[in-house]
Amino acid sequence: MSDWRYRVAEHRSTLLAALVFVAMFAIYVGNHSAGFSANVVQTAANKGVLLAFLAIAQTFVVLTSGIDLSVGAMFILTNCLASWIVVGSAAMTALGVAGVLLAGLVCGAVNGAIVIFGRLQPIVATIASGAVYFGIALALRPNPGGDVSSDLADMLTGQLWGGIPASLVVLFAVILAIWLPFRRSSLGRAVYAVGSSEVAAYMSGVATRRAKFAAYTLSGLFAAMGGLMLTFFTYSGEASSANAATYTLNSIAAVVLGGVSLFGGTGSAVGAIFGALIFRTINDLLFVFDLDPLWQPLFLGIVLLISVCIGSVRLLRIRNRLDLFG
Amino acid sequence: MDAPVPLFAMTGISKRYGGVKALDKASLALHAGRIHALLGENGAGKSTLIKIMSGVVQPDEGSLEFDGRAVRFPAPAAANDAGIVCIFQELSLIPDLSVADNIFIAMPPRRFGLIDRKTQRRMAEEWLALAGAEDVHPLAPVKDLPLSRRQMVEIAKALARRPRILILDEATSALTAADVGKILAVLKRLRSEGLALLYISHRMQEIEELADDCTIFRNGCNVASYPAGTKSHGEVVELMIGREYSHVFPPKPPPVQAATPPILEARGLTWTNRLRDISLAVRPGEIVGLGGLDGQGQRELLLALFGVLRGVTGEIRIEGSPVAIGGPSAAKAARIGMALIPEDRKTEGLMLPMSVRDNLSFAALGGLSTGGFIDRTAEARAVDEMLRLLAIKTEGIDVPVATLSGGNQQKVVIAKWLMMAPRIILLNDPTRGIDVGTKQEIYQLLRQLADRGVAILFYSTDYDELIGCCERVLVLYDGRIGRELAGNELTERALVGSALNIATDTEEAGYAPAIGA
Repeated sequence: MSDWRYRVAEHRSTLLAALVFVAMFAIYVGNHSAGFSANVVQTAANKGVLLAFLAIAQTFVVLTSGIDLSVGAMFILTNCLASWIVVGSAAMTALGVAGVLLAGLVCGAVNGAIVIFGRLQPIVATIASGAVYFGIALALRPNPGGDVSSDLADMLTGQLWGGIPASLVVLFAVILAIWLPFRRSSLGRAVYAVGSSEVAAYMSGVATRRAKFAAYTLSGLFAAMGGLMLTFFTYSGEASSANAATYTLNSIAAVVLGGVSLFGGTGSAVGAIFGALIFRTINDLLFVFDLDPLWQPLFLGIVLLISVCIGSVRLLRIRNRLDLFG
Repeated sequence: MDAPVPLFAMTGISKRYGGVKALDKASLALHAGRIHALLGENGAGKSTLIKIMSGVVQPDEGSLEFDGRAVRFPAPAAANDAGIVCIFQELSLIPDLSVADNIFIAMPPRRFGLIDRKTQRRMAEEWLALAGAEDVHPLAPVKDLPLSRRQMVEIAKALARRPRILILDEATSALTAADVGKILAVLKRLRSEGLALLYISHRMQEIEELADDCTIFRNGCNVASYPAGTKSHGEVVELMIGREYSHVFPPKPPPVQAATPPILEARGLTWTNRLRDISLAVRPGEIVGLGGLDGQGQRELLLALFGVLRGVTGEIRIEGSPVAIGGPSAAKAARIGMALIPEDRKTEGLMLPMSVRDNLSFAALGGLSTGGFIDRTAEARAVDEMLRLLAIKTEGIDVPVATLSGGNQQKVVIAKWLMMAPRIILLNDPTRGIDVGTKQEIYQLLRQLADRGVAILFYSTDYDELIGCCERVLVLYDGRIGRELAGNELTERALVGSALNIATDTEEAGYAPAIGA
């Protein structure tokens, strides 16, 4: 009878993130000079979708109680690669897209292999591999430039019927095609199990290594999707170390805002998407309220700190101090 | 009686961990349709043996045969696939997943390649019912369940894998008597269905009720195998510990004078809905027991006294004057002198990778250091004294405490708190999962401490222990003291009766006024 209560509890953090986003976005469009128009939504969506892809990438790894500090570098690497190969005829372009996604998969798989077989801590392994990926990106694009199929780019960054932003539809389709099946698969459950208690998972006969490997590989794939979208927005590739670092950190911020536990085992990619959208909307809010851009990083940092604190509010309610360490 | 080919046989199994020989040419044979009890002290090699059976650990030498064919299990998954399922003493449940997810963790029901949550939920409900845990909701997250319910889920999970060989390693240790009854019935049914069961328990009455065959392990080797019921209690215990089996419990001294002022007193302790108006008093030299069904607030009571819980109302008095205890560091200060021996030695009692020395001296560092620096000679002296006093078996004081056997680890936990010479000792089920020999030593130690004037509050899930060690037992029910038993009233029958709260109104037992006290 009380099944729904458990189901709601399971998705509580995701629902909370969604509510916060809706509230913030309402304030944003309410104060925007253009109001709730297709163009405002499209711009917001395009900015949000980039971070959303990286947040999903980060979610896979964080669910295993790891962390991927190379998502930004994979994002930049695939952006540079796409600015070379996603060009030409429709067939060539399709092949190029496949190549970029494959590159992301390979990068992620390498991360997974290092963490699993090299037995390194994820934080160390991905800092190192991230540096390598960025090095490759720089070799591909020493100077910003390149090109991308403009037909495809315009299609994926424009508006569909009724002003729906195409980038949001892409994100939605990817969630439908990859995240939901993943969440319902044995593999997905294994990822949650590993993050919650690796020993218990191993003892239960769960394929823990396969789960971790899959998490890192999927992280690479989603970082590559982000890289592709970036190329479609900018029509070029740029090996920007500032972007790599910012997007890595922001992906972690988005994951936290979206209710994914950094200890692993709880949260969802849908929550992380809302986390990413919240994070972007904060930026936009600062803009409509006309805050000096110089103060933006400071303000964002404070918001992030506060939200992390709110996420830990349950600790204040804890009546048994031993639970503080659980 | 013919001797059919065993379903599973292990021969000449040896395993070393570093310099320590865990198993030395051990053998074991299991037959279909029989329950085989494995007996032995902790450190006798039982755990290693079942870890090898279930693919967690690889043997150094020896062979495994399943159905007459040689097999190897490189990982737990391989043993599971072959039909060997083990319910481990350390629970193998994943805290963040739901009960249903946990039961079908390795092989969920699928539809179109994806997990079929509806079917899974329904099947989980069925397996829970079969294991006698109908009260557990299949969608509840495991981390929200109390220990005894988790253990029932663990059993349901093992059954759902439809094993041919089921290993139970102290699987009933955290269960209440009613749950144990259900589990024993389930196990008997499985036996009649042709499973081979390997049963490890320290509870002799369970083994007597269940086992067809028994094997006793000592020092990494099987020393005796015999059909159940052909050896007396005394013979079995003697084979296990290899020494004379005398009185398990030290004799009780005459009761402490009622006029003696209590050192520890609680008045009207209340905390959320787990503790309700608890009042008690412990005098110096007294061992007071806490009884009742598991999860009736005993652990919370000890934590409340130790200052771990927030928002406790009521009053705690030490030597008659009210005190506010803000946490373990305040509780152990000389003014109060309280120690808590925790239930889960692996997480709350010990820092497993650190040395025996560090673990022992942690709680007493204040007294062993001058100006913030640890006096190593004073420390070594104090540590040596404790090792001798408690007869802790270790290769040295600088080896990691994780390398000690369970019983010796528990002794380290106790010794750690004795180093600060406490006046009040709270014990939370300190003998769970440790061997008879160590238990006996712990009982003796408690009595010695009490004789020296220490006040002891002792929670145990083992009724024998409460009867054998305590002068008085407070039986908790639904967060209150349901009944106080002392002297001749202290019998198993009375303990069980008051634990089930049979004596009070049965309609609204939870709100019935506490009797006695």
